[in-house]
Amino acid sequence: MPDDKTIHLKIKRQDQPDGKSYWEEFELPRKPRANVISCLMDIQMHPITREGKEVTPVVWECNCLEEVCGACTMVINGKVRQACTALVDALPQPIVLEPMSKFPLVRDLHVDRSRMFENLKKVKAWIHIDGTYDIGEGPVIPEKQRAKAYLLSECMTCGCCLEACPQFAKDNDFMGASTFSQVRLFNMHPTGAMEQEERLDAIMGEGGIADCGNAQVCVEVCPKKIPLTESIAEIGRETTLQLLKNLFLK
Amino acid sequence: MRKRKPQYIVIGGGLAGLAATMKLCEDKAKVTLVSYQPVKRSHSVCAQGGINAAIDTKGEGDSPESHFYDTVKGGDFLAHQPLVRDMCYQAPAIIHLMDRLGVAFNRTPEGHLEFRRFGGTLYSRTAFAGSTTGQQLLYALDEQVRRYESEGQVKKLEWHEYLSAVLDSEGICRGAVLHDLRSGEIFTVKGDAVVLATGGPAQVYGKTTGSTVCNGAATTSAYLQGAKYANGEFIQVHPTAIPGQDKLRLMSESARGEGGRIWVSRKQNDNRDPLNIPEEERYYFLEENHPRFGNLVPRDVASREIHDIVYNQKLGIGGQPMVYLDLTHHSEGFLEHRLGGILDIYTKFTGDDPKKVPMKIFPAVHYSMGGIWTDYEDDGNGLIDHKSPRNQMTSIPGLYAAGECDYQFHGANRLGANSLLSCIYTGLMMGPGLIQYSRNLTSHVEEVSSTVFDQARDQWRGRMQAFKQMNGRENPYILHQELGEIMLANVLIVRENSRLAKALTQIDDLEIRFKDLQCPDTTHWSNPAPSMIQQLHCQIQLAKIITKGALIRNEFRGAHYKPEFDLNQPEDFDPHEYVEYNEKRQYGEIREDEFPPGHTSYMKRYEECNEKWLKTTIAEYQNNQPEISFEEVNTSLVQPRPRKYD
Repeated sequence: MPDDKTIHLKIKRQDQPDGKSYWEEFELPRKPRANVISCLMDIQMHPITREGKEVTPVVWECNCLEEVCGACTMVINGKVRQACTALVDALPQPIVLEPMSKFPLVRDLHVDRSRMFENLKKVKAWIHIDGTYDIGEGPVIPEKQRAKAYLLSECMTCGCCLEACPQFAKDNDFMGASTFSQVRLFNMHPTGAMEQEERLDAIMGEGGIADCGNAQVCVEVCPKKIPLTESIAEIGRETTLQLLKNLFLK
Repeated sequence: MRKRKPQYIVIGGGLAGLAATMKLCEDKAKVTLVSYQPVKRSHSVCAQGGINAAIDTKGEGDSPESHFYDTVKGGDFLAHQPLVRDMCYQAPAIIHLMDRLGVAFNRTPEGHLEFRRFGGTLYSRTAFAGSTTGQQLLYALDEQVRRYESEGQVKKLEWHEYLSAVLDSEGICRGAVLHDLRSGEIFTVKGDAVVLATGGPAQVYGKTTGSTVCNGAATTSAYLQGAKYANGEFIQVHPTAIPGQDKLRLMSESARGEGGRIWVSRKQNDNRDPLNIPEEERYYFLEENHPRFGNLVPRDVASREIHDIVYNQKLGIGGQPMVYLDLTHHSEGFLEHRLGGILDIYTKFTGDDPKKVPMKIFPAVHYSMGGIWTDYEDDGNGLIDHKSPRNQMTSIPGLYAAGECDYQFHGANRLGANSLLSCIYTGLMMGPGLIQYSRNLTSHVEEVSSTVFDQARDQWRGRMQAFKQMNGRENPYILHQELGEIMLANVLIVRENSRLAKALTQIDDLEIRFKDLQCPDTTHWSNPAPSMIQQLHCQIQLAKIITKGALIRNEFRGAHYKPEFDLNQPEDFDPHEYVEYNEKRQYGEIREDEFPPGHTSYMKRYEECNEKWLKTTIAEYQNNQPEISFEEVNTSLVQPRPRKYD
């Protein structure tokens, strides 16, 4: 039985994208300030299950370990979040680790979130500048507007909002909250706004904003507390206007 | 005939790699961008506090020249001055460019860029985007590169690992050997040149502020292929990090830039709640010892003082190796607005709210001033020739380096908020030279015999297969942890020759045990174990470079502190005396009583020390060991002088 000296982990594993998943359990010595990452690192050093079976170390994705890169996102005790900020002392045991279910699985807890980056291409999530040469200062921007943009630009493409979204699925094209929020971010910028029609057009087709079912769970799971539902509402209004413009002016 | 498009391979998608890619694409080149992971997750995201540029928006009289002086002084005069000066003069244009790319830099009431204070300078020179400046800068460059990717100019190979350069019969770099981290396939790609933008070597020390990918393997691989490695022993220890089990998380210098105060109780083993320790019983040691710079002394100075407080004076919090970093005198609104992101990190990892209670912090390995040796070309008057193909080229022709993995900008100690600058600067600056390099090539990569590529590939296939088949008794992850422990115990803030020599022996022992590794995973799909073993092999070599360089360098310079060789600067010494001393000497003899007692002999000691040690350390791989030699440093613009931060 796990006590205050040990940590009990239950991990969903899968060797290949088309393989079958299976569960393995591990019992580790408890260390001060441990998080899920440090547990997985301990398993790398002692890849032995609770039953004493020697196994391969668990594969997962991580990098910064301070919740700014988004890499180590997984489902922990049923909730999608980053493993680095999942402190062991704050988690009921056994700690259950699963890969995100809405993205193609690579191996164990590692999934492929390329779809999110492809969506950023579709909506032209960038500021189109004339060139990198020194042509002077950028636009004057009110601090209030800057602060609003900053909130949105903290999105680390982690995918929590999409994992939680009932509309987002492996077999559809729904872009999801993170992409819509990026559209809002770039449309807010004085230079970015020059391409706002193209961005809005890109999210008015299939998989676009009209498919949002308004479940509002995205905003609840966002680790950066990005006002995603506010972004969806605002971009929704803008697309409606754009639709009318397209109807009457083109 | 269609004009041939130059083509490059950029390894690493942090600030330097992305800046280089963007610049090359602007010049119509084709770029293959290689990264362990989606480039948006690169380690640059961890940089918090800001990026320096002397734009002087507050009428403080700041200038790029002052920025240049602060940077070379901060680095204890070990950096080549023409290049540092060029960087500081380009800095305002770089900030404006990043601003135009949409970076959410904090603004003044009028809507212009806001600047704050940082360590090692008395000016407000640091632009910032909340407290995730690195993340915001990285995202802006990531977006530009994504645009070029969607237009077909950039091909990203994410989930790929760089194993080595492909060198032709003349030793010219013609491409790279890559490892697909999912399929396990090993193959080569061809290019006019290869750019290493692979960041720092933090993982050599195990637990640091670095990310897990900061393993130093790419630059070490270049070293093993014959490239020179420079100033390896200069490792920056950041004074303020949050102790943790998996890593030591950075607490940005911006916390002190915004008024954060470092203190301990004046009593040893004081276990009281910090809020109950009265003001007169608090020891604000940085402020007391450095009235002018206070908490914003450079990082090497602050880390040494904290080390001294904890280990010599035994004044750490409750006897533990920790000191307070206190922001509680500010309003919660101010802190949320200026430092929100980093304070959230502290709360998330410790459960305490730094807006209400002082943070507990301790120094941690943070940055490598040293790195792969790179070149530059100046016109002899201190101006950089921006079209020269020599700029940022390693000692292997056609192999370039930029960002933290190169050594040129920070000397013996880096100033805060200069790393983001040097990363973007090198990435952008090297572009025209790379294009020129392609134009100058007498034979193109298409003409190089395919056997050159096949051999490189086959050699690595054999090597990685051998790692995978290792069936000894040692676990590579445990060995890596032990390597870090050796380095942390012996090659850190305070360095002693006996311990450095011991560390070298321990690293040699570890290298013997390396041969007895067991690869813990022998499957074929998405198996990180063979790569980890290859990286560990590189880290052992890199640990030798760092430790041997530290052992040989018998002086105290910047982050390299050997108490035995401290020149013991007199307390009342003013660095300008040394400038005066030099000038007077040019005009003849100096009377013994011209300067206060003890000062002349100190200045003579300083001079002798510089004569011997104001040199770049060069490590070259020979007989499985780093051979150390020294090269001159270009100090043609500012007279080196003793550092002092009073």
